[in-house]
Amino acid sequence: MIAEAGLIALWLAASMAFLQFALCAIGLVKGQDEFFAAIRPVAIAQGLLVSLSFMLLVWLFVRSDMSVKLVVANSVAIKPLLYKITGTWGNHEGSMLLWVAIMGLAGACIGIFERNLKTKTLVTTLGAQAFISIGFYAYLLIASNPFERIFPVPADGQGLNPLLQDIGLALHPPTLYIGYVGLSIAFSFAVGAMITRDVGPEFAKAMRPWVLGAWVFLTLGITAGSYWAYYELGWGGWWFWDPVENASLMPWLAATALLHSVTVLATRDGLRAWTLMLAVVAFSMSMIGTFLVRSGVLTSVHAFAVDPERGSFILALLAIYIGGAMALFALRVGTVKEGSQFEPVSREGALVANNLLLSAILGIVFIGTLYPLVVEGFTDEMISVGAPYFNLATGPLALILVAIMAAGPLLRWRRDQVNALLNRISIPVFLTAAALFGLVIFTTSMSILSLLGLALAAGIAVASFAPLWKRNLRRTPMHVYGMVLAHFGVAVALVGMASETSFTEEKLVAAAPGDEIMVNNWKVTFQAIEPVAGPNWTALEARVTAQYEDQAIHEAAPQNRMFASAQMQTSEAALLTRWNGQLYVVLGDSDEQGRWQLRIWWKPFVTLIWYGGVLIALGGLLAMVGRLRRAVRQKQQRAYAEAVL
Amino acid sequence: MKAKHQRLTLAVLALIALVGAGLLAAFALQDQANYFYTPSDIVEKRPAVGQAIRLGGMVQEGSIQRAEDGVTVKFTVHDGATYQPATYTGITPDLFVEGSGVVADGKLNADGLFVADTLLAKHDENYVPRELEGIDMTGNMTKTDTLIE
Repeated sequence: MIAEAGLIALWLAASMAFLQFALCAIGLVKGQDEFFAAIRPVAIAQGLLVSLSFMLLVWLFVRSDMSVKLVVANSVAIKPLLYKITGTWGNHEGSMLLWVAIMGLAGACIGIFERNLKTKTLVTTLGAQAFISIGFYAYLLIASNPFERIFPVPADGQGLNPLLQDIGLALHPPTLYIGYVGLSIAFSFAVGAMITRDVGPEFAKAMRPWVLGAWVFLTLGITAGSYWAYYELGWGGWWFWDPVENASLMPWLAATALLHSVTVLATRDGLRAWTLMLAVVAFSMSMIGTFLVRSGVLTSVHAFAVDPERGSFILALLAIYIGGAMALFALRVGTVKEGSQFEPVSREGALVANNLLLSAILGIVFIGTLYPLVVEGFTDEMISVGAPYFNLATGPLALILVAIMAAGPLLRWRRDQVNALLNRISIPVFLTAAALFGLVIFTTSMSILSLLGLALAAGIAVASFAPLWKRNLRRTPMHVYGMVLAHFGVAVALVGMASETSFTEEKLVAAAPGDEIMVNNWKVTFQAIEPVAGPNWTALEARVTAQYEDQAIHEAAPQNRMFASAQMQTSEAALLTRWNGQLYVVLGDSDEQGRWQLRIWWKPFVTLIWYGGVLIALGGLLAMVGRLRRAVRQKQQRAYAEAVL
Repeated sequence: MKAKHQRLTLAVLALIALVGAGLLAAFALQDQANYFYTPSDIVEKRPAVGQAIRLGGMVQEGSIQRAEDGVTVKFTVHDGATYQPATYTGITPDLFVEGSGVVADGKLNADGLFVADTLLAKHDENYVPRELEGIDMTGNMTKTDTLIE
């Protein structure tokens, strides 16, 4: 009965969403506030019901209830508990339910916590939120019911794709989804504000924590996804420009731009229309991402569900939401009065440049990702756009962007002098030049992009701390630390990327037990091959010892795993991490002479890529917490002042 | 600067950025749009030696050979009409087997041999690379067909 209960909860949640939308619409049209009072509890009820529905689906997976079609298709009874749980969203229906569940919970959170918005804007926001949810509920209930039963009941399930049986998958999609859904809130805020024409600093301050939160999760999700692909696919790469990766990068780019423009709106009351536009674009990008991944128009490393009917459903939703919001934007943009003025050389100017560059990069990624689809749509030709295009087109813009990132925080709001800026930034500029000089002299064969990236990173690492210069560190607000940390994280990640790209050393050998291989300063010894068994797989495991510059001996055990349930193999790389890089060992096939292929990489500073990502996210988190705390404190002070007076 | 002027400046700047991005994208695409080649495309379009391209097709039955060093494989990619010899040094993905689809990044060398840097590993046993959907996999070939080498 659990499946039926889950389905009923889903229907109830859908009707709550409908009620939520109706309350907002009727209230707005009739101008009656009574309708508004009920909307918070309805939003909370919707969130609880849809979460209940999702929890029931998880429960079905945990119990391995093989009378449910989805469980049969994506689970197997002997799987470890953790992967039974994560298997819930390792498939199409489950991940869509997770999506609406997060969306419902987010609506509930707005209902409970949001006190800064004017009532009318809040109600409209919740109404817009419900309107989006309705589409997804309809999608689940009509096109892909996760609770569908199967008869006759099979003895066991077909198992989860072995590549998804990894802790990376446990965390990666939910993190990304929270980010995507967070952007839907920003979108709803924008729609709400456009309908009530209430766009100003107060609105921006209310929206900012949500944007920050979504951005933090997107950043973490992309970082985790990159690391997952790096170690689980065994190919040693950290970014592939795969369409599905791009699908998560595009909303991130838009959200990063939004994050910075919403700050201009909150602090200086500028860029009103632009901020609304970005909120619409950011969520559109997460919808387009969903469409690309879920519709089956792409086949990719991460995509599942190849089903044109569902694709057209999502495409229709996409057209309604994005088209509607764009139309609303076109209607209302004229009534959004422009905010304050600023000179080109100013903090606002730098943020505008940041926004334009981010948008340009977004445009390039967008074109590169969709171009093959368009060409195929109109001609019979098959083409693919690969890494050379993306690197060539985005690389230079990204470098200019990070240079501006270093200078921006050192500029004053409204107007500043170029000379003053040059004075403030002289040390980082000098460092960059020195690093560039050193690299050109002491290294060979670096690509220009990596060379500039590494040199710039040196400057940015210092420049990112400049905003703290001569400040009372204890009284510096938390969000400033957040910005410093996030910008420093960019420098850290940049060092990792450039260093991995330029200095990786690789050895590929066919080795017999006892053979020694030197890679950089590592002495790697191939000891033996042994069979090992896991809960639902068997594997051949290579015993390898590795010694770094005559220090302690480390053991590594790369495996080739065979999964009986899915009839496929995966390669489990062995990673040895040191402070200055990672040794990456992959086991390949054997040949007739009893030799085994071993691929060994020494990747200097590669881990900095993901540490950088985590620092960036942490910076966002600090900024968010700092902003929220500040808002609470100001409210208390205001209440206190009123009480005293 | 008046408010109107500023708005105009910003709009113009945004337009320049977008057009610039479009031009940059178009320029890079022109260079790289011919990224994907089938064996027949290689004969028709003749990519330059050393140009980065992506080769896609089916691995011919019986064509996979391991070299003495134990880490290099030679194989032939075909699209039912044309045959392209290729070589790859590295650990082949599990789904790289004879008679299945393959997509590889690499370049042609002066002898007309395709030297792959990467074989794209995909993870589903039912996977057909998107670019290969149009190719008739069964073709009109048999195992007795000779290679054009």
